[in-house]
Amino acid sequence: MSTLVKNNNKKADIDDFDHAHDEKPRGIMRWLLTTNHKDIGTLYLGFSLLMFFVGGAMAMVIRAELFQPGMQIVDPNFFNQMTTVHGLIMVFGAVMPAFVGLANWMVPLMIGAPDMALPRLNNWSFWILPAAFSVLIASLFMPGGGPNFGWTFYAPLSTTYAPDSTALFVFAVHIMGISSILGAINIIVTIMNLRAPGMSYMKMPMFVWTWFITAFLLIVAIPVLAAAVTMILTDKYFATSFFSAAGGGDPVLFQHIFWFFGHPEVYIMILPSFGIISTIIPAFSRKKLFGYSSMVYATASIALLSFVVWAHHMFTTGMPLAAELFFMYSTILIAVPTGVKVFNWVATMWRGAISFEVPMLFAIAFIILFTIGGFSGLMLGITPLDFQYHDTYFVVAHFHYVLVTGAIFSIMAGAYFWLPKWTGYMYDERLAKLHFWLSLISVNILFFPMHFLGLAGMPRRIPDYALQFADFNQLVSLGGFAFGISQLLFVVVVVKCVRGGAKAQEKPWDGAEGFEWELPSPVPYHTFSTPPKVK
Amino acid sequence: MSEKPINYYVPSQSIWPTLGALGLLFTVIGAGMSVQQLGSNSSSGGWILTLGFIVILVMMFGWFNDVIDESQANLYSEQMDRSFRQSMTWFIISEVMFFAAFFGALFYVRNIAIPWLGGASNNAMTNLVLWPNFEAIWPLTTTPDGVKTQAMPWHGLPLINTIILLTSSVTLHFSHIALEKKNRGQLTIFLAITLVLGISFIMFQGQEYVEAYQHMGLTLSAGVYGNTFFLLTGFHGLHVTIGSIMLAVMLFRVIKGHFTPENHFAFQATSWYWHFVDVVWLGLFFFVYII
Repeated sequence: MSTLVKNNNKKADIDDFDHAHDEKPRGIMRWLLTTNHKDIGTLYLGFSLLMFFVGGAMAMVIRAELFQPGMQIVDPNFFNQMTTVHGLIMVFGAVMPAFVGLANWMVPLMIGAPDMALPRLNNWSFWILPAAFSVLIASLFMPGGGPNFGWTFYAPLSTTYAPDSTALFVFAVHIMGISSILGAINIIVTIMNLRAPGMSYMKMPMFVWTWFITAFLLIVAIPVLAAAVTMILTDKYFATSFFSAAGGGDPVLFQHIFWFFGHPEVYIMILPSFGIISTIIPAFSRKKLFGYSSMVYATASIALLSFVVWAHHMFTTGMPLAAELFFMYSTILIAVPTGVKVFNWVATMWRGAISFEVPMLFAIAFIILFTIGGFSGLMLGITPLDFQYHDTYFVVAHFHYVLVTGAIFSIMAGAYFWLPKWTGYMYDERLAKLHFWLSLISVNILFFPMHFLGLAGMPRRIPDYALQFADFNQLVSLGGFAFGISQLLFVVVVVKCVRGGAKAQEKPWDGAEGFEWELPSPVPYHTFSTPPKVK
Repeated sequence: MSEKPINYYVPSQSIWPTLGALGLLFTVIGAGMSVQQLGSNSSSGGWILTLGFIVILVMMFGWFNDVIDESQANLYSEQMDRSFRQSMTWFIISEVMFFAAFFGALFYVRNIAIPWLGGASNNAMTNLVLWPNFEAIWPLTTTPDGVKTQAMPWHGLPLINTIILLTSSVTLHFSHIALEKKNRGQLTIFLAITLVLGISFIMFQGQEYVEAYQHMGLTLSAGVYGNTFFLLTGFHGLHVTIGSIMLAVMLFRVIKGHFTPENHFAFQATSWYWHFVDVVWLGLFFFVYII
């Protein structure tokens, strides 16, 4: 088959390319200079996995310190740096790049495009990330230490009381933002402009739809983050007083700006998950996705609502009563479109011929555990209850259920689902199942008891705790270590799968649908130089 | 979406993105160090920052050079042109949000933070206990802890600058029309006038800053009025500067004979950007200077 793209601007090279089937550049330069969406997708995914372990190692430090009450291993300032940088790395370095990597790999294949709309820009967005994270991680080793003010960097912790290295944190966040915005523009334009003829918006695969909306959120939300860190920079180093009442500003202003970015950001980290789950559940239930158009509208509603709920992070900060009520009601309203989604996934499985391969196991675990995270979110969204739960381990439990058993489980599900397509080999199902079950059990030992700790009043982000919390904390830490070690199995499975195994067919999953399954496995280096036909 | 299959141009390997990332790495390290070294004698940060800027300039020069060559060699399809246009639109939307955050800060401070410091709503004790003499007015000429400044009037330089920028949007539009009518002479002249107007705007803005710092006590450390004033006008001025550089490049390309009525994305993008900067200024002029 002729799946080559006009790949060079010199005519002679084009002829060469047509003869040399599936030629790819070799060596390190292939990765440094690439414009190929599959290479860049692989880079994003590899980087994300690396950051997952770096951020994970920091979580291990946190859990080791909290294994017993009293100060055990690290000093409080270092503990603060660990909670801060763990959060920053997991949000901006692990979860987001993983989704962008999946988008890079799958969106062009799913819509029948030859590549991303702007392939060079695509490579730039990726290579900015290693630059940004080396600066962020290096700042930990500066005199005075790295960022220690929490990933939310509330003023005045990040201004008056911040370490000297804060400038590096600010500029690193700036270029992460540049990377995200450029990446999002690329994805949104690819989806708008490069769909195969006949693929109308309402025929797009759900994963493409969710990324379309996510890219919109990124483009609108990330610049607000850039503005927030800029004001932190000038407040700390240039004597401005945006967040200082003495000069007429207000620290609460920081929280408003931050969460105006922060809440859409939360959905940036979950909408692509919805897309992955909406792809996997039908494939292993051997049924069409139940309620496709309601899925699309639900995703769009969640995205729009995400701009009017930000102050539910600030119920205890202090707001006029009308504002507290407004943000409570708008928050609870999000349960409606989210409920539509969960209902549709369950309805898709209803009376399906379900088989339980690893992607499906992760997807089902996602539905159940994400729903638990969603319900604890509802509890937190109710203003009077939040006065009790705010800044306790209940919050930590809530967002880890949403982000670990939500976002990360869906990424794992997606990785197992598409690995055969990427590598041309089947992964080791037995090892992968072991990975799943160990992860599932340990993650619940890790996060479930945190609900009780929080309800009993244990505050988050504090390296020490009262004696009565000791038993649950030990259990949590053990779950944490087990979960951390279990993830090494994932690396083993991936490496094994890249190096060989049973040959994967074009379509290794019976129920899977879409252009990507009509291509050989592994996918040729260049695909869809002429767009495929939409059935 | 096009109905007939066409080849979408996928460029071959390119050094520029990687170089750009390296340039950003130097810029971030350099900028971070420079800021930390403020008020000290070390200048290592400044050198790394300069190196970063040079690398980025080289990257932009090389990258745009490639793109212009490809465009002149007719490698781009109509679909490609659409990708470029849509990307620029989304980029401008992200810029709008960046300014929106600063405008949001301005509105919050004016309508919420300062009245509360003055005792509004249920904050009577804030005022009585912390700063009993504080008067909640805007522009905030005396901060709660007593720093005094003068407010920048809207007439004088800001008004002249408003007229300059509005005129420049009109002249740029004229040059765009001339481009579509293939009138190269008019195109060049109106584009040159736009560039001159842009540069004079920046110069007047500079003069205004000197005035503010030397005669009015209006500085970055003069409380939240000066903060919102300088960050909003400063980032706007930065965007005018970038826009002027884009205009200069366009003028250079026009003189070289680039652009046809059908194919002038770069010109179009510059023009969009310039109009966007103009609209932001109108918001600024109204909310920062007049009311």
